[in-house]
Amino acid sequence: MSKLRTPIGQQDHILGKPGAQISLVEYGDYECSHCGHAYPLIKRLLKEFSNELLFVFRNFPLQESHPCAMIAAQAAEAAALQNKFWEMHDLIYEHQDELDENNLLYFAETLNLDMNKFQSDLNSQNIISKIESDFESGIRSGVNGTPTFFINDQRLDSYDESYESLADAVKNQE
Amino acid sequence: MILQKGTPAPDFELNSTPDQKLKLSDLKGKRVIIAFYPADWSPVCTDQMGLYNETLKIFHRYNAEVLGISVDSKWCHMAFAKHRKIHFPLLADFEPKGKVSKEYGAYNDKEGTSQRALFVLDENGIIYWSYLSPEGINPGADCILDALEEMNKEKK
Repeated sequence: MSKLRTPIGQQDHILGKPGAQISLVEYGDYECSHCGHAYPLIKRLLKEFSNELLFVFRNFPLQESHPCAMIAAQAAEAAALQNKFWEMHDLIYEHQDELDENNLLYFAETLNLDMNKFQSDLNSQNIISKIESDFESGIRSGVNGTPTFFINDQRLDSYDESYESLADAVKNQE
Repeated sequence: MILQKGTPAPDFELNSTPDQKLKLSDLKGKRVIIAFYPADWSPVCTDQMGLYNETLKIFHRYNAEVLGISVDSKWCHMAFAKHRKIHFPLLADFEPKGKVSKEYGAYNDKEGTSQRALFVLDENGIIYWSYLSPEGINPGADCILDALEEMNKEKK
């Protein structure tokens, strides 16, 4: 069974209850339709298990199959530098079929980001390295495709795209 | 059984494109990851080759090159590589069919395809690690990186 090799830490974007007993880590690609499918399921999961679950999103852009996956990840990380990671993450998944660089700039404007800063952060080496290091931690942990989930550091192989498969996995950890 | 650790990897020369051949021994001095797989276009193989494609940069950091091998023809490989933007050689073990796969013990006689088997060779062409994946399961890249990492540790 594959295990999460890089523990949840400072570098991560975390939603839900800090110090929660159950952690769910997703390795995701912003252009991947399966990740788009999982997006509302995670929202629902965080609502249902709000007292015991924390959620982490890590970047796993499959750049050769998804030409906009990398730039979308860069946009979310650039938004994170202005404390708007999840807002950008959500906007991207909610408009997944309209992904291109212009729309990412438009999303940033919608979020009232400082556009000068956003544009200079977007292609910065720091952001690219952050995404590459997420990707590598995924590869090392046995991520073969997206989305891949880890529940309490164990790779979740029972996810079958249904809400129940995620909810059951959380319940099994209770 | 597939060839095991410590065995010198049998040399081969196979088409990497319709008009180019690649000889394993020409890669001496580099580590080589050989990924035998059943078929271009099939879902698991596509995911697996796609994953290695995305991992190339990390493999290169370990001085390792990847070769994919299946019994598909050079023309089929060309179309598959172009369609999936694969940036490493896909070799055609096409004539005599499956000869190289058989030498590595990675041939499925019943299906007439290569099995899903991984080999990591050291700089001298000796097998350092090998793995036969259960059918239909993408073995991923983590096991390969573990082997490469271990090689680095032993070198120190």
